[in-house]
Amino acid sequence: MIQTLAFYVFAAVTVVSAFMVIAARNPVHSVLYLILAFFNSAALFLLMGAEFIAMILVIVYVGAVAVLFLFVVMMLDINIAELRQGFLKYLPIGAAVGTALFAELLLVLGVWTTSPIANEMLRAKAPDLARMSNTQALGQLIYTDYLFLFQAAGMVLLVAMIGAIVLTLRTRPGVRRQRIADQIGRRREEAVVLVKAGVGEGVSS
Amino acid sequence: MAFLDRTARAFLLTEVISGFVLTLKYMFKPKVTVNYPFEKGPLSPRFRGEHALRRYPNGEERCIACKLCEAICPALAITIEAEPRADGSRRTTRYDIDMTKCIYCGYCQESCPVDAIVEGPNFEFSTETREELMYDKQKLLANGDRWEAEIAANLAAEAPYR
Amino acid sequence: MTLMEFFTTHWLGQLIVIVAQCLAITVPLLVAVAYMTYVDRKVWAAIQLRRGPNVVGPFGLLQPFADGLKLVLKETIVPSGANKVLFVLAPMITFATALIAWAVVPFDDGWVLADVNVGILYLFAISSLGVYGIIIAGWASNSKYAFLGALRSAAQMVSYEVSIGFVLVTVLLCAGSLNLSDIVKAQAGGFWNWYWLPLLPMFVVFFISALAETNRTPFDLPMSEAELVAGFHTEYSAMAFGLFFLGEYANMILLSGMGAVLFLGGWYSPLPFAPFTWVPGLVWFALKIAVLLFVFSWTKGTVPRYRYDQLMRLGWKIFLPFSLLWLVLTAAAIQFLG
Repeated sequence: MIQTLAFYVFAAVTVVSAFMVIAARNPVHSVLYLILAFFNSAALFLLMGAEFIAMILVIVYVGAVAVLFLFVVMMLDINIAELRQGFLKYLPIGAAVGTALFAELLLVLGVWTTSPIANEMLRAKAPDLARMSNTQALGQLIYTDYLFLFQAAGMVLLVAMIGAIVLTLRTRPGVRRQRIADQIGRRREEAVVLVKAGVGEGVSS
Repeated sequence: MAFLDRTARAFLLTEVISGFVLTLKYMFKPKVTVNYPFEKGPLSPRFRGEHALRRYPNGEERCIACKLCEAICPALAITIEAEPRADGSRRTTRYDIDMTKCIYCGYCQESCPVDAIVEGPNFEFSTETREELMYDKQKLLANGDRWEAEIAANLAAEAPYR
Repeated sequence: MTLMEFFTTHWLGQLIVIVAQCLAITVPLLVAVAYMTYVDRKVWAAIQLRRGPNVVGPFGLLQPFADGLKLVLKETIVPSGANKVLFVLAPMITFATALIAWAVVPFDDGWVLADVNVGILYLFAISSLGVYGIIIAGWASNSKYAFLGALRSAAQMVSYEVSIGFVLVTVLLCAGSLNLSDIVKAQAGGFWNWYWLPLLPMFVVFFISALAETNRTPFDLPMSEAELVAGFHTEYSAMAFGLFFLGEYANMILLSGMGAVLFLGGWYSPLPFAPFTWVPGLVWFALKIAVLLFVFSWTKGTVPRYRYDQLMRLGWKIFLPFSLLWLVLTAAAIQFLG
């Protein structure tokens, strides 16, 4: 009973906050609602008994990705009034694109078919929860059964990362940089000299 | 070799650890702070603190209203009004010091021919309102009565150098 | 229905038991937070040859309560340009995240509020949520100092979370479990069996990252008074500021608790024989946390503040590769030796 209640509460909050992501006037509020939606989805995963996925959702999306979103959005200087100026002018085009996308979505949903053996595959792959926790089951799937696909996905991400770095990295000539290794490598004996200065003589280097 | 040596020292955090050991040693050294409201540091006899108007031992006030202190005060903190008293002697009817203006330069006590206005050893006279820092003659005389012993001792100690 | 049955089966009874358990964790925790501020000040004072608080109560022991009372009695000021809801929400987030993480920390064998399978991930997730309190506070204050402080703080916390993540992975590779109780049990035996010895470099990385995660010196850039007035809590006053302050110290205790669980054998006594095993595990756990907290204060008394680019360099260019390398080495060692 409590589980059902919790499900409806979390589900309702998720849907409402997801709606508010597109409805909020302030972009920062949008991102905060997005975070709330992520968080509640994690709670829904928990209710399903997928605690590993729930925690990873919080760690990766809420803890890292959304922070970067928030960073970017907070720094943007968005003038809402200016954005809304051409709203009526662009409405027909926007509506046309929206309708097209919606129609495509409907088509996809309408002709959705599942493989006849899908149910069997599903049953075969379902790990015995009494035998292993779902963390272990996931690990089994990703790192043993589908290792190569996982590695390939990792490669794609690596290429994307290297590409981003190559595109944005620029070396400027003539910039003086701090060489921290040299600074740390310096010893007291190389840097400090103790001099016994006589009265009225001063210190000459 | 030098590279190895440097890297080893960087990764073993030798310098940070020596710093930590130093602070740990200091933690057990005796404290140097004076436990202020309960203990106080020594004050020089020349210390210039809160002002006081002194009296002669027979109770007669020293101030003769010469207004030298009022004239010399660089901050214009002193205000004096004078009138002959019933017995014909020249006395002040008003002697105000605005302690919020005073810069504690000590010119008033230097200029005083009868050692009436002095800056005593008291430095704990903070108040909660500004008005309380506008000292009048009554307050200054009361200060003189309260700190006479210390002031007299300080003046005696300084006498050879004046 | 007996009383026992009421507490174990009836929903109201269960609720009462859960609330009582929560209180049994949070109340001592808050007292510990209060006294952490006192110990902190005493340790810095001792390092600087000062006396520290010694007027309120015997040895100044009532000082934290005097400070708390002062904060409660002050007026909460909400700046006119601030986003009020978020402004008030931010300190609550910081404080709440610092407290809810304790749900999975095992205080003794079986003494844990929620013995979840993914305890270590839960801790990591909750500690990564703490950044929102700071970032929202900075943005909602509508002040450039608070905003810059929040940006610095958020970037710093996100960066050092990465290396903490790798440290956690190394530990759970050794323990073979995500459950905190199991991780502690994997370290049974004397202090030579605890993970701090085989994973010493990771322990150091963890501790330094914990300093960065809790915004303590040498990584207290976000609240550097000289540069950013007071960082993200510039505009906060009274108990709203108090909640940030409490949250920060509760986080410190939490990370010390994590350190004790992951590297210092949780509730186990350092020497596994008679006179030491008589002491309850809770006491050993508390002692280990206290030692780590002392090192936190000691560090604050010893090291100067990092510059921001140095801090980022340390996080991304040294800790990240180093912990990654050590992760691979540990995995290889477990595969081929263990």
